[in-house]
Amino acid sequence: MTDEALQSDDALSTPATHASLVDEKIVLAYFVAALTFISISMLGGFLMAAQLLRHNPLNGIEIFSPGRWRMLHTNAIAYGFLANGFLGLLHWVIPRLTLRPVLDRRLSWLIFAAWQVVVLATAVGILLGQAQGLEWGETPTWIDPLAQLGLLLVAINFMTPIIRVKGPMYVTLWYFLAAFVWTFLTYAMGNFVPEYFVSGTAAGAVGGLFIHDLVGLFVTPLGWGLMYYFVPILLKKPIWSHGLSLVGFWGLAFFYPLNGIHHFLYTPIPMFLQYGAIISTIAVELVVTTVVINFFGTIWGRGREVLTNLPIRYFYTGMVFYFLTCLQCAMQTTLTFQALIHFTDWVVGHAHLVMFGVFSMWIFGMMTYLIPLILKRDWYSNKLCEYHYWLSAAGLAVMAADLILGGLFQGWSWSSLQPWDRSIDVSFPFWMIRIWAGLSMFGGLVVFLYNFYMTWRSEPEPAMDVAVVPA
Amino acid sequence: MFESKSGILLVAGLAFFGFAFLSNAAVPYLMYRNIPEQTAEELVNGNVRFQFEDLSRRYPESFVKAYGDPPADPEAGADWWNQNVADSLREGRDIYVGEGCWHCHSQFVRPVSNEDKRWGPVSASWEYQNELQRPVLFGTRRIGPDLSREGGRRSNDWHAVHLFKPEMTSTKSPMPEYPWLFDGAPDKPNRRGLALITYVQWLGSWLESYPDYENYQPAPFEKPAEDSESEDE
Ligand code: HEC
Repeated sequence: MTDEALQSDDALSTPATHASLVDEKIVLAYFVAALTFISISMLGGFLMAAQLLRHNPLNGIEIFSPGRWRMLHTNAIAYGFLANGFLGLLHWVIPRLTLRPVLDRRLSWLIFAAWQVVVLATAVGILLGQAQGLEWGETPTWIDPLAQLGLLLVAINFMTPIIRVKGPMYVTLWYFLAAFVWTFLTYAMGNFVPEYFVSGTAAGAVGGLFIHDLVGLFVTPLGWGLMYYFVPILLKKPIWSHGLSLVGFWGLAFFYPLNGIHHFLYTPIPMFLQYGAIISTIAVELVVTTVVINFFGTIWGRGREVLTNLPIRYFYTGMVFYFLTCLQCAMQTTLTFQALIHFTDWVVGHAHLVMFGVFSMWIFGMMTYLIPLILKRDWYSNKLCEYHYWLSAAGLAVMAADLILGGLFQGWSWSSLQPWDRSIDVSFPFWMIRIWAGLSMFGGLVVFLYNFYMTWRSEPEPAMDVAVVPA
Repeated sequence: MFESKSGILLVAGLAFFGFAFLSNAAVPYLMYRNIPEQTAEELVNGNVRFQFEDLSRRYPESFVKAYGDPPADPEAGADWWNQNVADSLREGRDIYVGEGCWHCHSQFVRPVSNEDKRWGPVSASWEYQNELQRPVLFGTRRIGPDLSREGGRRSNDWHAVHLFKPEMTSTKSPMPEYPWLFDGAPDKPNRRGLALITYVQWLGSWLESYPDYENYQPAPFEKPAEDSESEDE
């Protein structure tokens, strides 16, 4: 370990170089893993979409059971794509922001390997029909302890450099710090409590809290933390308002976890708890507005960057989608809307809007920015990067609009007590559009993979090197 | 405080999380702790037992292959049947979870959107206090109908054929086929198939209204259906 000097507290006496801080190989390895899993996930989504259209190409084969692949679809996105993507990005951001390397590089690689085992085992377990009956926690029960251990190591490895920072920290680090604690606790709560300690309605409440916290306390804080880091760097100007970022952080920290029960409104869960969840959901929408305003204040006057700077365009597209999702959230959490749209494709549209429209777009943006820096060469084709953006963004916009609208028709068809088949007939055109939108998103990914591969194969340009810019 | 490490760790990381856990998880748990949690053995009732015996008569070969011969002595026989029903409920539930049935079928009837007219009584807390609802299978998406009152509504034959190839009973059904729950033909369910059918027939078998047939009128209905019959608890 040549990094020992850096690990002591007077680390800054020796100027930190990028190479001593960032293990670029592991960033790249995480990106490759993430892209592999999003490909698998999209194939799963495609299989289910084709099943609904009654054109399942792999009909009647046990390990291609569409129900199993649907679970693989969501789990591969959460744990395979988002988690891997974020872990890779954290290996870049945290050392550069704290000017201290992670606790131990060997530990980093151990975590990398362990996490891939967790995700692969989850996939295999689900395909063998051993899922656990908890949405987004389908990871078979025998893998849960390993995943829990992995999350603990992640927290230790990354929190060490953060804790050593003296004085006030940048907002990104608040989000990260909180996210490490939350993710660990959320995973433990969701995977053990409703399985071993409580059953029935109370387990439903915990399950709702789990799915919600997983989005709100693992994905969201890491995503926003990364935005607070990359947006100012790419725009070369500081974030608009420090005060607003405080409001955003503390508002999220307080209100977000209180939303859990809104996933199970009109269930036998006590009504006063349902009202509590509804009100805090609406509060989250207000908080989110402050965050979005802050970022639009940052880009104010530099709007042209959205046209010329592709990563920035990814980021701000994601933010627009984020605002729309949260607006939708504030509406759909009301009991009036719930009566109509619960159990319909409206919710599925909502989920895609968040997971793909926001967080996947952000990760794509950050990959588009970092891959040339890591490989020390330009993209093989900037035009293909543009294609990736447009196929993803347009596909997602069509898919979300289509499913949200379709959900309304399904809801009306059910409440008007028509025979069940009618609701399938009504959904059919929407499902048809959905599969084409999905293919567009998948096409974007294929373009990106091809571009990535061709870039990797091309010759590096020795002139390109990365400097450390303390934030 | 608001920007320091310890402040964030303590307040946001632990206190807010704990507060949410308390209000969103501990409170409902405490409210239901007086409703005892039933085991699969306690869940066996006459209705599901009837369906299970019916399976043994309809598919004698498959049944014996899966469970062996029932004891001749009626005393020992009762225990044997009940134990096998309980085991099948557990197994059936695991298949229901593993195949992702719960991602296309919900298990709760809401008090809104005319759902009680379509499926029967609105779901209540006590119905979920049992080991088969660990974790609870409320579901979040309905591609197919709610199944919490499905038991007894269709015959065992119907379910066997439907699981083997849904299009044979429901034209244009987007539900997947499950041929691996059978030994090659819809009248030869294997052990997994028998268990899953038992589980589906058990759903709602604890209610007075079992079996609950669809009693809705084709829309648009002339006058609002009277509430008298659907409000039985
Ligand atoms: C792709 C979504 C999907 C999956 C997965 C699915 N179903 Fe279905 N199911 C449907 C649809 C749609 C219908 C309505 C059309 C029909 O009767 O086939 C239905 C109907 C049913 C019915 C008949 C309900 C009634 O009384 O009309 C039963 C029982 C059923 N499913 C059980 C299951 C079981 C058990 C599984 C898991 C092995 C399962 N389903 C998996 C979509 C699905």
